[in-house]
Amino acid sequence: MTETNMNEAVLAEQEVLLTDDLFTKDDTAYADADKMTRPSLTYWSDAWRRFKENKLAMVSSVILLIIIAMAIVQPMVSRYEYDEQDLFATNQGPSMEHLFGTDQLGRDIFTRCWSGARVSLLIGVVVAVLNGTVGILYGGIAGYFGGVADNLMMRLCELIGAIPSMLWMILLVLIMKPGVLPIIVAIGATGWIGMARLFRGQVLTLRETEFVMASRTMGAGSIWIIVKHLLPNAMSPIIISMANAIPGAIFSESFLSYIGLGLPLPLASWGTLASDGANQLLIFPYQLLFPALLICITMLCFNLMGDGLRDALDPRMRK
Amino acid sequence: MLRYTVKRFLSMLLTLFLATTATFFLMHAIPGEPFEISRETPESVKEAMYAKYGLDKPLFEQYLIYMKNLLHGDFGSSMKFKGQTVVGEVVKGMPPSAIIGFFGVLIGCLIGSVLGVLAALKNKGAVDYIVIVLAIIGVSVPSFVFASLIQRVFAVDLRWFPVQGWKTLACWVLPIAAASFNNIAHYARMLRTSMLDTMGQDYIATAKSKGLSQSEVVVHHMFRNSFLPLVTSLGPMCAGVLTGNFVLEKIFNIPGIGQAMILAIQNLDYTMIMGLNIIFSSIAIICYFITDIVYGLVDPRIRITK
Repeated sequence: MTETNMNEAVLAEQEVLLTDDLFTKDDTAYADADKMTRPSLTYWSDAWRRFKENKLAMVSSVILLIIIAMAIVQPMVSRYEYDEQDLFATNQGPSMEHLFGTDQLGRDIFTRCWSGARVSLLIGVVVAVLNGTVGILYGGIAGYFGGVADNLMMRLCELIGAIPSMLWMILLVLIMKPGVLPIIVAIGATGWIGMARLFRGQVLTLRETEFVMASRTMGAGSIWIIVKHLLPNAMSPIIISMANAIPGAIFSESFLSYIGLGLPLPLASWGTLASDGANQLLIFPYQLLFPALLICITMLCFNLMGDGLRDALDPRMRK
Repeated sequence: MLRYTVKRFLSMLLTLFLATTATFFLMHAIPGEPFEISRETPESVKEAMYAKYGLDKPLFEQYLIYMKNLLHGDFGSSMKFKGQTVVGEVVKGMPPSAIIGFFGVLIGCLIGSVLGVLAALKNKGAVDYIVIVLAIIGVSVPSFVFASLIQRVFAVDLRWFPVQGWKTLACWVLPIAAASFNNIAHYARMLRTSMLDTMGQDYIATAKSKGLSQSEVVVHHMFRNSFLPLVTSLGPMCAGVLTGNFVLEKIFNIPGIGQAMILAIQNLDYTMIMGLNIIFSSIAIICYFITDIVYGLVDPRIRITK
């Protein structure tokens, strides 16, 4: 007798032993097999969940919201105008009348700080958005189309980046005369390069992935691929570096103010306030203290929030 | 390596040329009169002043003359102060700026590296938290705030050091301390990250499994690789050393080149701003070039990819 024959004999014997009526169907187990026990999470809700767990980042975001709210509301309800002078109450220390004291022209520093916050935050946010937009467009075109265009465009970036950004800012503000818009343009003039490089790098790697190839074989055009596949996938590093660009821009603005290229009087920004205060430091230190404190707290919160965003959006980058 | 160096050198020359050209035309795009000319100034005086500075010629011809002067080492002279030249100001201002910058980078680099390495080796230890906090403070506090603070505390209240000036050695302490502070934070953060990165590499696991002691692994396998990013950041740092620190020089009233630039800006001394700008960007471009070459020497991967 061969081996197969023997197996068949065993199987036949088993078939007799295991008849269908020995089994019953368990409907309860079967019905639940496909059921999701947890709600399905999109990328963004997952990121939000991670962000909420980061206490430092949450506290920073709340403080930032309070600062933004104060910047919007305080100048509207304040008893003083930001440029209102009171020559009988100059250089007064902090009191109930003037929470942060008054400057050498008797202007209320508390009011000036919050209207300065409007300008500084505006500069920060506009520069970040501008950098992000220009960077995405420029880097996207260079990375996606590649070849000669890419080469030339990246050479231009290198060229602009070869001159220190501080010198660009000085030159551009001199040409356009100090004001809010010129300062935004001057700070943004070099800021987009980093963003363009970042996005180009992302596009270069993503372009070669399987899902882009799959999309292309199904007949997708360039715009569809850029908008539907490249942008969403490259979004998290872009958002992270935009969040870091805001404090950077506020820093640059205060640097420009400090070397005498800030906003024209009597406009106030945190930079001009801190630089006015620094001139009075040896006699009236509180005039530097409050604007400087505000700048530091805002920077700290933006940085901590940026770190939280990085950890939440890109868990691989967590350090 | 030679090919790479020659290629980088040529591209540096091109960048230098384009940077000077851009600066020249941008400066001439500034609207308004270069001189303070009131309504009473006679037309003949105005013309004479324009002729003296060559401003009556067409723009392109001015550009050619300016470039020729640059090649002869003449970066122009002040329009506001007689006898003040760009080169003279740079020669005069360079020593204090370089001293602050050099010691700032040196001290920052040393203390920062040590802190960063210790933080990475004892991850989640006390030093690690100090470095994290220091790094966040370093990026959150503007340098003029920090400098003003130590000036107030150590010079005004405690009277340990002079408030301003550059006459005695004691004057050096506060500006150098202020310059090092940011560098310490910067280098500590950088080395901590790069050490942690290196620790995760396979060759470290190999070294450990060979039975090498912890100190041997750290010294022979980790240091070399972790210090690579330091080389790249030294370029911008050196450029910063030579172009001076605007803010610190203003706060401590140091006669450096940063101060010269601020004065030129405040006086709207266009020829000075242009000359200083060109010198500053040239220094930066040359420093970047040297960094690239050094980087190519230490990390052969760079030469192949570029």
